[in-house]
Amino acid sequence: MKPRTKFLIGGALVIGTAGYLAASAIKDTGVYYLTPGELSAKTKVDPTFYETGVKVGARVVNGSIVRDPGGRQVAFKMTDGAQTYDVVYRGITPDTFTDGVDVVVEGRLGRDNTFRATTLLAKCASRYENAPEKYKNTPGYKQAEQRA
Amino acid sequence: MILVGELSLWVALLMAAWAATVSFAGGQMRRADLIESGERAIYATLAMVVLASLGLWTALLTHDFSIRYVASYTSANLPKVYTITAFWGGQSGSLLFWALILSIYSAIALWTNRTRNRELMPYVTGTLALILVFFLATICLGSNPFERLDFIPADGRGLNPQLQNPGMAIHPPNLYLGYVGTSIPFAFAIAALLTRRLDAEWLAAVRRWALLAWFFNTVGIVLGMWWAYVELGWGGYWAWDPVENASLLPWLVNTAFLHSIMVQEKRGMLRKWNVTLVVSAFLLSIFGTFITRSGVISSVHSFAQSPVGKWFAAFLVLAIVVTAYLVSTRLQDLKSTAELESMISREAAFLYNNLVLVGIAFSVLWGTLFPIISEAVRGNKITVGPPFFNTVNIPLGLLLLLLTGIGPLIAWRRASVANLKRQFLIPVTSAATIGILVFALGVHNLAALLSYTFGALVLATIVQEFYKGVNARHHMYGESRAIALPRLIARNRRRYGGYIVHLGVVVVFAAFAGLAFKREFDLMLNAGDTKAVTDAWGHRWTFLSQGISRYNVLNREVTAIALDVTRDGKPAGVITSEKRQHVDSRGVPTFEPSTEVGIMGSFKQDVYVVLAGVRGADGAEIRVTFNPLVRWVWLGGALMALGGLVVMWPAADRQRAQSGYAAVLKPRPIGERVPDLVGA
Repeated sequence: MKPRTKFLIGGALVIGTAGYLAASAIKDTGVYYLTPGELSAKTKVDPTFYETGVKVGARVVNGSIVRDPGGRQVAFKMTDGAQTYDVVYRGITPDTFTDGVDVVVEGRLGRDNTFRATTLLAKCASRYENAPEKYKNTPGYKQAEQRA
Repeated sequence: MILVGELSLWVALLMAAWAATVSFAGGQMRRADLIESGERAIYATLAMVVLASLGLWTALLTHDFSIRYVASYTSANLPKVYTITAFWGGQSGSLLFWALILSIYSAIALWTNRTRNRELMPYVTGTLALILVFFLATICLGSNPFERLDFIPADGRGLNPQLQNPGMAIHPPNLYLGYVGTSIPFAFAIAALLTRRLDAEWLAAVRRWALLAWFFNTVGIVLGMWWAYVELGWGGYWAWDPVENASLLPWLVNTAFLHSIMVQEKRGMLRKWNVTLVVSAFLLSIFGTFITRSGVISSVHSFAQSPVGKWFAAFLVLAIVVTAYLVSTRLQDLKSTAELESMISREAAFLYNNLVLVGIAFSVLWGTLFPIISEAVRGNKITVGPPFFNTVNIPLGLLLLLLTGIGPLIAWRRASVANLKRQFLIPVTSAATIGILVFALGVHNLAALLSYTFGALVLATIVQEFYKGVNARHHMYGESRAIALPRLIARNRRRYGGYIVHLGVVVVFAAFAGLAFKREFDLMLNAGDTKAVTDAWGHRWTFLSQGISRYNVLNREVTAIALDVTRDGKPAGVITSEKRQHVDSRGVPTFEPSTEVGIMGSFKQDVYVVLAGVRGADGAEIRVTFNPLVRWVWLGGALMALGGLVVMWPAADRQRAQSGYAAVLKPRPIGERVPDLVGA
């Protein structure tokens, strides 16, 4: 066998393994990224979407955040306008998590229509830009305006 | 000055457009006057962009809040150093910064090649000018840093507190220097393709630039990791976020190129591949800039969505089409002059190294783009996270590490069995010893175990290479070994600098493997409470809350917790962690609160404490993370950068002739008289 052919076989092996790893990893670890409206539509068509790990991008409903005083549990509502879900999350909330921000939660939607989140990311499109219009409604801002 | 800056942006755009037009025309018509005019126009563009930048800095430093950019990113009470670095803190400023670096690089490339590569230079100038036109047009028409507000606010909004960090002040410039650095090799590649002068000449011209880009890219990535680690407070330094991936992609491709270039120099192989890598590194840099700005892929940290994304997408598509056309029509000129002779050869090892690097790059790109791809193909947005990237990249990374140990030991062309035995004996023995030792010490995580075993192989390879080199000098020149070592490195910077980079890679891999032993605890402490936890090393730590203090400093209101820490019963010190609410000069809160992590570091592990929340007057929720070996990441990164510097450092001409790869002997023209020494 020519060395070139040997190399090509070896190369195909490397690429093949990488491709296989990538494909199987996506199957095992890839999760649907939905909005509450889409998730609700999915569960109506296919009930297996209950209790399945999904990622949901939505906005926190103003004034809905309730923190459990002793523990580390927080409950809030999230919405995309079409559908609103109750969310329960145990863990430390990020600094950016306040009323009205966009969040990405990962977890499972229970049959009681409560979303149990295992991760909570608060996204602000403006992370490196600065406080945009939407923060005008946050308590911090209102308080600041009254002071000013 | 501000007005001057604004106007010079437009002049710069015109100059760059002129440079592009006359350079390509001059190259086609072989008109020296046009070519010269094109080059002068680039220097003029540089002068104009410098003026524009000075204009923006003036606006920032004089707090001219009538300018939207100044009002958006600074406030009167922002520390001066961050007022200066706010230049690249926002969208339009960072684009201007790109243009500034690109015009500096372009001018340097033209100046250093003013007597060399003359056939290529008109097209190099033209290509660089086109890239400048794109950036300047995007700045002038899409995102102008000099845009005025229709009112003058009393104070600006201030810089995002997370950007008020020394890491963030120097990380973006390094990353940009790396990204933009890929433009010069790209321009040379395009010029070589256009003129069909695809021999070693263009490659020699770009090697140093590719290395420069690689160097800054490396420094930029490591600084970015450090910033994320100390500033974002989630306990790690790499989250496989799209923005992070975007910085890694050109680095991987550039690393592949810096290896495969040696194969072309030595053996005349891989010519198509090298052109492709050079072009890809540039396209991926543009792609990286595009995804951080367009909002196409949702990332935890990205610039605001903006119309600039469309400009980048259009430019990217255009660049891909043009280069694909050029490469496909020049395949004949890119034929290899040699074939692979044996699987057991240095070039085969390099080929596999390239395959693995590009494989990693592909999987990272695939994972990053997967939400878009799956939505386009199947109508469902599916995202992949760190588990995906880890599953794919840990095996590939380990293979790469293994190749790093093997490659330098195998001879070019065809290795003999005797050669293999001689070269591999010590490295393989050391690797096996370390592997068994680490296993006996209780490391049973396969990836970590292999990481340390292969790391030992690479380390032994490097030590053996240095030892042989030093010994050879010792015997040949009678130098003492202490003198022989620095001379060895100095005389063959490329080779031994490369080994220093490899050493850095080993250190970084060893540190990554430490992540397998990370421990995390969420604790709730009232003032005076003590909680105890155990780390992966088996040490028992206690944390005693001294209570929470609240005070104001400079431009922020601080809530801090102080913890008395003991390790195995002995006092280890105090860790403080803060929550900061930044305010503007009137005391109005400007951003969401940010976290200041408390880190007690050693070479063994970092104790990483985040104040997650405050309950009541004195209750603190803290998260304690034991991060093993994190310091070694920064150390390894520094070693890689140092190795890059050694390779790049300009050598004197006398030494260049000795430095192996670069030595090209000029044949004496037939019939030239050999100087007659005796008769003279």
